Amino acid sequence: MSTGTLAEAEAPPPLAPAPATGKPPRRRGRWTPYLLLAPGLIWLLVFFAMPMVYQASTSVQTGSLEDGYRVTWHFATYWDALSEYYPQFLRSVLYAGSATILCLLLGYPLAYLIAFRAGRWRNLILILVIAPFFTSFLIRTLAWKTILSDGGPVVGALNTLHVLDVTSWLGLTAGDRVLATPLAVVCGLTYNFLPFMILPLYTSLERIDGRLHEAAGDLYARPFTTFRKVTFPLSMPGVVSGTLLTFIPASGDYVNAELLGSTNTQMIGNVIQSQFLRILDYPTAAALSFILMAAILLMVTVYIRKSGTEDLV
Amino acid sequence: MAFVNWLKRRLVIIAGLLTLGYLLLPNVVVTVFSFNQPKGRFNYEWQEFSTAAWTSPCGVADLCGSLSLGLQLAAWATLGATVLGTMIAFALVRYRFRARGAVNSLIFLPMAMPEVVMAASLLTLFLNLGAQLGFWTILIAHIMFCLSFVVVAVKARVMSMDPRLEEAARDLYAGPVQTFVRVTLPIAAPGIAAGALLAFALSFDDFIITNFNAGSTVTFPMFVWGSAQRGTPVQINVIGTAMFLVAVLFVMAGMVIGNRRKKQKA
Repeated sequence: MSTGTLAEAEAPPPLAPAPATGKPPRRRGRWTPYLLLAPGLIWLLVFFAMPMVYQASTSVQTGSLEDGYRVTWHFATYWDALSEYYPQFLRSVLYAGSATILCLLLGYPLAYLIAFRAGRWRNLILILVIAPFFTSFLIRTLAWKTILSDGGPVVGALNTLHVLDVTSWLGLTAGDRVLATPLAVVCGLTYNFLPFMILPLYTSLERIDGRLHEAAGDLYARPFTTFRKVTFPLSMPGVVSGTLLTFIPASGDYVNAELLGSTNTQMIGNVIQSQFLRILDYPTAAALSFILMAAILLMVTVYIRKSGTEDLV
Repeated sequence: MAFVNWLKRRLVIIAGLLTLGYLLLPNVVVTVFSFNQPKGRFNYEWQEFSTAAWTSPCGVADLCGSLSLGLQLAAWATLGATVLGTMIAFALVRYRFRARGAVNSLIFLPMAMPEVVMAASLLTLFLNLGAQLGFWTILIAHIMFCLSFVVVAVKARVMSMDPRLEEAARDLYAGPVQTFVRVTLPIAAPGIAAGALLAFALSFDDFIITNFNAGSTVTFPMFVWGSAQRGTPVQINVIGTAMFLVAVLFVMAGMVIGNRRKKQKA
């Protein structure tokens, strides 16, 4: 990923040399930037980069918890992990992908509303989008258990409308239940990451000059055409960063699948968590988390290339 | 037909408000169920109205302990990440140096990495070093993942600062320290505050990374997670509601003050 590009693009031009003011221009210490950077970078190198190296080494170790592990370059762990847990990998991509698409579909109207239609309500709606963040997300996810509870109003309504018949047939729900089904997990994921979609969308929509809409209208574009040809293309930076901000964390999440799902809806995060913290099979767990990281980096790179917005990140 | 036209014109507003409802629904449920008196251990079904949980928010063993531990951790993590992050942000915006691209990538990567990957790799490090999991390992982890967010928030503000203001201060014979304290810092303050607030919220609410690196230490999200299996006490909903209300009040107060300042300037 071209990570530096945004920073480079936004960075102000290099400081002009101090204009002659009588006194000699102040010499900026050559070492000052390095001194400023050092503590934070050392922190990131020791506690972010080095752990990756340790994990890489763990993933090619063999041994047991009792006898200790040794690096034996046992790459078969990767293959074994992949062949055993590919359903969970696929499920993670599928659930995270569906949640991302739902977030885009649900989030776009709200972002549009805040940016163009809210008027004096704008700040209030923004507060209402951000404020739920401050209630612990675990508490809010648990609340979905109440909302989707068996025989509750939501399930009842869906049943009356025969929605559950359709979703059951599609394999998204099971019988009269929504909890412990894929639908519940995707609903939770969508809910949890929706603000990460709305805020970038709003920021990029807000930058659009309203006169462009007027111009499109003057040229006899119908509202939908204006949206398709003017608004949406101009909001692409928000769409790209929003989808990344939803998809990446959603694919590694295990909280929603654990609280709202069942053993049939486990995502790869659940597997990594239980391998690491319950089964204590560190090599497999390390290999799984590397595969997840590689898969996401690959998908994100392809996505950024395809969307042609390489200098956004 | 008139109705259809009315609907068409307001489609965006209706869809947007529905999404807003979807976002707020769990908060409504949390608030309502904070007044519930559940019969069993699980607070998932409405039984009867009661303010018992509101009058004894600490009435559950370990709940307030985990809350205060979480707040302490978040405070220290915020301090650490804000100081380190602000320094990095200034270095990145104000100086040209080699390896800027590499530094930018290193800052960006933690934000683009699924949390579970970071959490797991940090745990392998701690296991390999034989570190005792607990307060310190959580703090280290939290400073690590909050750092990038602070850098981004502060960077945005510092970039929009006019360097000529500092030059002016220097021309008026302010020393480097005086310039920094009297000019640079006040202008950068909103960015630093935003970064600090973000770090605090992220750290206090973090579950995944904490879950891996906490050992037997219990922060508030860890307490909620544990209680989800054993049965959630109503007090959890009380605290959730209180957090929401405090946040809304804070943000609104901030906006009122901001608006007043703007008016004063005008």
